[in-house]
Amino acid sequence: MTTRNLDIETVRHVAHLARLRISDEEAALYAAQLSKIVAYVDQLNEVDTSNVEPTAHPLPLMNVWREDNPTPSWTPQQALQNAPQSQNNFFRVPKVLDQESP
Amino acid sequence: MTTPLDIPVAEIAAGVRIGKLSALDIVSLALARVESLQPQLRAFISVDADRAMNLARKIDEQRAAGREIGALAGVPVAVKDNMCTTFGATTCGSKILAPFHAQEAAHVVDQLESAGAIVIGKTNLDEFAMGSSTENSAFFTTANPWDVSRVAGGSSGGSTAAVAARLIPGALGSDTGGSIREPASFCGIVGLKPTYGRVSRYGLVAYGSSLDQIGPIARTARDAALLLSVIAGHDPRDSTSANEPAPDYVAALDRPIRGLRIGVSEEYFGAGLNHEVQATVRAAIAAIESQGATVLPIHLPHMKYGIACYYLIATAEASSNLARFDGVHYGHRTPRPADIIDLYSSTRGEGFGAEVKRRIMLGTFALSSGYYDAYYLKALKVRTLIKSDFESAFRDVDVIASPVAPTIAFPIGEKSDDPLAMYLADIYTVSANLAGIPAISIPCGFDASGLPVGMQLMGNYFAEDRLLNIAHQYQQVTDWHNHMPALG
Amino acid sequence: MTVATKVRPIIGLEIHVQLRTRTKLFCGCEVQTDAPPNSRVCGICLGHPGTLPVMNRVALESAALAGMALGCEIARFTKWDRKSYYYPDLPKNYQISQYDIPLAAGGTFEFDVDGSPREIRIRRAHLEEDAGKNIHDTPGCTLVDLNRTGTPLLEIVTEPDLASADDTYAFCVELQRLVRHLGVSEADMQKGHMRFEPNVNVAIEHNGREYRTPIAEVKNINSFKFVRQAISYEIERQVAVWEENNDYVIGKASNENRGWDADRGVTEFQRGKEAAHDYRYFPDPDLLPVQLSDETLGSIRAQLVERPVQRRRRFASEYGLSMKDAETIVEHRPTADLFDEVIKLGGPAEIAGKQFVNVWLKHANDRGVAVTELGVEAARIAELAKMTAEGTVNKTAANQLADAMLTRSNCPSALAKELGLVQVQDADATARWVDEAFAANQQAVSDARTNPKKMQAAIGFLRGQVMKLSGGKADPKLVGKLIEERLQQP
Repeated sequence: MTTRNLDIETVRHVAHLARLRISDEEAALYAAQLSKIVAYVDQLNEVDTSNVEPTAHPLPLMNVWREDNPTPSWTPQQALQNAPQSQNNFFRVPKVLDQESP
Repeated sequence: MTTPLDIPVAEIAAGVRIGKLSALDIVSLALARVESLQPQLRAFISVDADRAMNLARKIDEQRAAGREIGALAGVPVAVKDNMCTTFGATTCGSKILAPFHAQEAAHVVDQLESAGAIVIGKTNLDEFAMGSSTENSAFFTTANPWDVSRVAGGSSGGSTAAVAARLIPGALGSDTGGSIREPASFCGIVGLKPTYGRVSRYGLVAYGSSLDQIGPIARTARDAALLLSVIAGHDPRDSTSANEPAPDYVAALDRPIRGLRIGVSEEYFGAGLNHEVQATVRAAIAAIESQGATVLPIHLPHMKYGIACYYLIATAEASSNLARFDGVHYGHRTPRPADIIDLYSSTRGEGFGAEVKRRIMLGTFALSSGYYDAYYLKALKVRTLIKSDFESAFRDVDVIASPVAPTIAFPIGEKSDDPLAMYLADIYTVSANLAGIPAISIPCGFDASGLPVGMQLMGNYFAEDRLLNIAHQYQQVTDWHNHMPALG
Repeated sequence: MTVATKVRPIIGLEIHVQLRTRTKLFCGCEVQTDAPPNSRVCGICLGHPGTLPVMNRVALESAALAGMALGCEIARFTKWDRKSYYYPDLPKNYQISQYDIPLAAGGTFEFDVDGSPREIRIRRAHLEEDAGKNIHDTPGCTLVDLNRTGTPLLEIVTEPDLASADDTYAFCVELQRLVRHLGVSEADMQKGHMRFEPNVNVAIEHNGREYRTPIAEVKNINSFKFVRQAISYEIERQVAVWEENNDYVIGKASNENRGWDADRGVTEFQRGKEAAHDYRYFPDPDLLPVQLSDETLGSIRAQLVERPVQRRRRFASEYGLSMKDAETIVEHRPTADLFDEVIKLGGPAEIAGKQFVNVWLKHANDRGVAVTELGVEAARIAELAKMTAEGTVNKTAANQLADAMLTRSNCPSALAKELGLVQVQDADATARWVDEAFAANQQAVSDARTNPKKMQAAIGFLRGQVMKLSGGKADPKLVGKLIEERLQQP
């Protein structure tokens, strides 16, 4: 059984991927706690799954779709009702650069 | 029997229908009791009294005018605050959503209210349903009505405490890894997690989408059956909703249970199980046996991997489901973001509680480049094995009996610092979610200190009728469900 | 500094094609990107908590149809995956896409460059939802419109089989023709219905060794012209960088994303690929897999029409049309269908083709409508072509007849009679018109006979005069012959 320690650097990387600002204390705490949890889940390595298909959905349902018929949209007021900041019916955020997009 | 709210759902509905009871009286009583016990229990996050009374008045008027009223007309109920309502706010027990006003009600809320039930408020939960004690609520911890120094269980602890304390006769919870069954067990009431896909998830704020199910919480199997009849069924808005007709769960209650095969797997009675819980559950199984059922030993070899499997899959899905809470389109936004990355990170850092962050990080890690195969994909494969264990077991038995949780309700604060210990409280419940099968928690006794113990029955896909049938028959010969916590 | 002598560009593309559906991929909001901001949105495409996606069947079938037309295998089992990244125009902060099992894969697509055939392999084509739009023209902030969010896109990924900017240009245009022909996309460039991301590098042969520059992916180009310009620019840039520094090769320098600056006509560095995103793809638990039965695939395949490239080649080889005319007619599927109908109804191919382009398409263009909207049926178009070919009417008369056919529904032969446009084959009558013209235009006659400089013009003038006298009904060939004979006489 392998155990992986989640070092602080990994925790910081994961927190960045998940867009979570965490303090140094939190990073240390999470590193310790997550290491313990990961060590626990590593027991899955005991199980031979070489010929096992993954189950992503508990029921074997397939082919659920709808027809291409429009339903009413919301009004811009409804869409923006919960928005922390909006302007002229747009959502408003600090300046972003398009090259940050994938 | 000290309060009119000790009347079950079925009798309230029947009483209102024939005019023996007034919906307004019942709802007013419920509201008053909620208010008086809120300081002790903290079961509710929000209550909309005016709306509830207006709806109750309408039902009384309709009845007086001789118009058709629904199957649950006048029954005050509550829903866990991760189900969207068009009244009030939907908080998920989190600061990140405050304030959020949903434009559409959850499918189950619509179903309840079209049947005439009156949703009086939204109950407390662990933030985003992540927890087993409601201690992860951003607002407060719900107390156990049997001992207010102990947890009500979680994450649907607000709903179970409210029902156990006779604030309301029925409520809805959601169950991703045991979040209906464990608090039902801790609070001494009935909680059912239906088959995945039996109840629409539309309007339920997702935690682990392939595991989440909404289910009824009530004191009796009959009331749970009534509530399930109203909320079960196909919903085209939820692609994962099963296109199978829901049977008449109430009609199935009275079927004989003689000859039914009850499977018992020793994997559910191993180390870590409190001996009083063990003895109580075994006695309950014996009671069912004495009603004519046959007990058969079965083997579920992969059950022990349930927790590991569950905490990878649920958190992976959660890390993605909760990505939308980013301060751009709704909910909390950090006051002075330096840039867009800071807006995201600070908003989420401030808005989410510790356990939610922990699970988002675990799930993000499990899906991240280099770890996907070893963690997330591995868990999906073990899930297949857990599922096939059940499938083969159900070739030999009709239901599987087990404890719900390894312990009785634990003291508030006992496990707050040890996330893994808290996760292990779900050891007997997560497998049903991983497999997608239905499972019910039934009160089956008390430990020496007078705290309730629950028995779990797991059934084959769509066998909710069978689970409710056995639970009902068991409740015909026991009176655990009639015990009432001593509250003000 | 090394001078690169032999340079071979290696070009592939990722193309996003907006599918033509009434509603979005996972919700019932209408696809209408020019609507007022945030007015074509709902809880699902806004990613509101509790909402759930349900797949649009037409989008799936359109994507499968396009995949078939690209020569791909269609997956019998496919599924939806979530691609995670944070961006304000992506409200769920994940995009529903297809990762390891694309709907279509392994295709080959043919196109022509100046009449010579080319081929490109299609690696995969999958369905995904579009993001919204970030608008940057307000100082200090970005404004977000989510009308486009959730619009169905077909992402097509090619192998790097293209060898020049011109080839790439031709491929992109052909792809537009294809999706329009299939009816799966409006492919309106102005509306951003097609967006191109060429990936470009060059293989440089030098002193018997081959050097390959790092691959640059040029993001989000929305015009054919810019695709060509960006690729040309990249080829030159990469060669120049390599000439300065021979270490500018794969393995030593990293691949990069670049953006096209249309105003300056240059690509600009955006980010290196070593800082790659970790998209954390995993199967979307809210959406079920899709299994396509033989029956479903068969019914989609039945909608597969002849690809425009094949059709064009057929029009040229079978009908004898010029490549240019074939291209013009095939540009628009109903137009090409109409033309096929004209030939089926007996229109003589060569004349019909010329007349179709020079007369009917011109009328359509003048009116700003499709030729199918002129109200002139295939049968009448075919008959007019036949009458022209048989000499029943001459070209001038045919044009006049066509004018009449636009406003009247009579068949062209009846119209020709009624309007007196039937060509006169009578040599005596024609000779009389020639005599008359000669008598009235002595100067022209003399020029035609004796002035070599003015001879051709004078003959043309006389021919015109004769046609005029005949009221346009004379057979131009006969007129020419008689004028020739008459000029020989004293």
